[in-house]
Amino acid sequence: MANLHFELVTPEKLVRSDDVFMVVVPGTEGDFGVLANHAPVMSTIRDADLVIYATEGGAPETISVRGGFAEVNDKGLTVLAEAIS
Amino acid sequence: MASLKELKDRIASVKSTQKITKAKKMVAAAKLRRAQMAAEAARPYASQMEKVMASLASKVSIDENSSKLLAGTGKLDTHLLVVATSDRGLCGAFNANIVKEARLKAEKLLAEGHKVLFYMVGRKGIPIIKRFYPGQILKHFDTSTVKAPGYEEAKAIAADLTALVEEGKFDVAHLFYGKFKSALVQEPTVQQIIPIAVQDGAIAESEGAVDYEPDEEEILAALLPRNLTTQIFGALLENNASEQGASMTAMDNATRNAGDLIDNLTIVYNRSRQAAITTELIEIIAGAEAL
Repeated sequence: MANLHFELVTPEKLVRSDDVFMVVVPGTEGDFGVLANHAPVMSTIRDADLVIYATEGGAPETISVRGGFAEVNDKGLTVLAEAIS
Repeated sequence: MASLKELKDRIASVKSTQKITKAKKMVAAAKLRRAQMAAEAARPYASQMEKVMASLASKVSIDENSSKLLAGTGKLDTHLLVVATSDRGLCGAFNANIVKEARLKAEKLLAEGHKVLFYMVGRKGIPIIKRFYPGQILKHFDTSTVKAPGYEEAKAIAADLTALVEEGKFDVAHLFYGKFKSALVQEPTVQQIIPIAVQDGAIAESEGAVDYEPDEEEILAALLPRNLTTQIFGALLENNASEQGASMTAMDNATRNAGDLIDNLTIVYNRSRQAAITTELIEIIAGAEAL
């Protein structure tokens, strides 16, 4: 299965740009997982953890983000966060 | 003709000035690289934000309930000129150029019968604006306490501007800053930030059914202040890089001029020294011959 192209961007820099299996995004109205070929979505996000699964069944990696939004289009998932930690 | 001692002191003084300008040039060169990197690193975020804003703005209809950041106040009476300059001098005409651009705009707006107010970011533009437009500076945002203006400062400025437009203090805001082209060229730039100027070209890009969560209006409301912050942040970064570039160029010139001056003074010094020696010799010889 094709991988999801995932980008995490903050005002200071492009933090991540990889192909991953799945990312769970903490949307304002609830968490949602994004796999490859996800339908286009735009959502604001809560101040919470992004969970990144690099491979199917692999150990997840978490990045906590603050303030921002996520956009899914045919190119992949882009998360714009004000700050990460 | 200055005495030998005076010339010597003069040379020493120019030499120490040259040391200062040389040091400042090297500092600016080092800072420039960092500032340039920061400006480049911020571009993906800004361009992404712009794309999203454009596609959202085209989907939302503007009515009287729309945010003032998007729709404006419905008037064009009072213009706020946000002038971003540096806090330090020794950077050639950098600040003067930005202020000149702002003054041109101000004169044009005044001639059209609008009211003009200023919002100053950075210390160096204030005296000039104060002289030409006394009492029209709405606020000065002090950036001298931080090393380089960052996202937090941009956020504070954006919050300030948002509060001011909500209070109805102004209708349109323009941002002035020095766009970084190269270490030699900095272009004073003006950009309208409130209400936001949507580029027509970017809209048609993301077609297809996009789910909005929550709905478009709410996302837009959340994004507008952030977009403003991003624009200001980008301008601050550009400004910082420009300042360092201008400073580097100015200091390079100053160092070279000091070098020329030292060369000239040294020649004059040597000539007068020789003249003094010759005079002394003539006196001795004349004295010896007289005996």
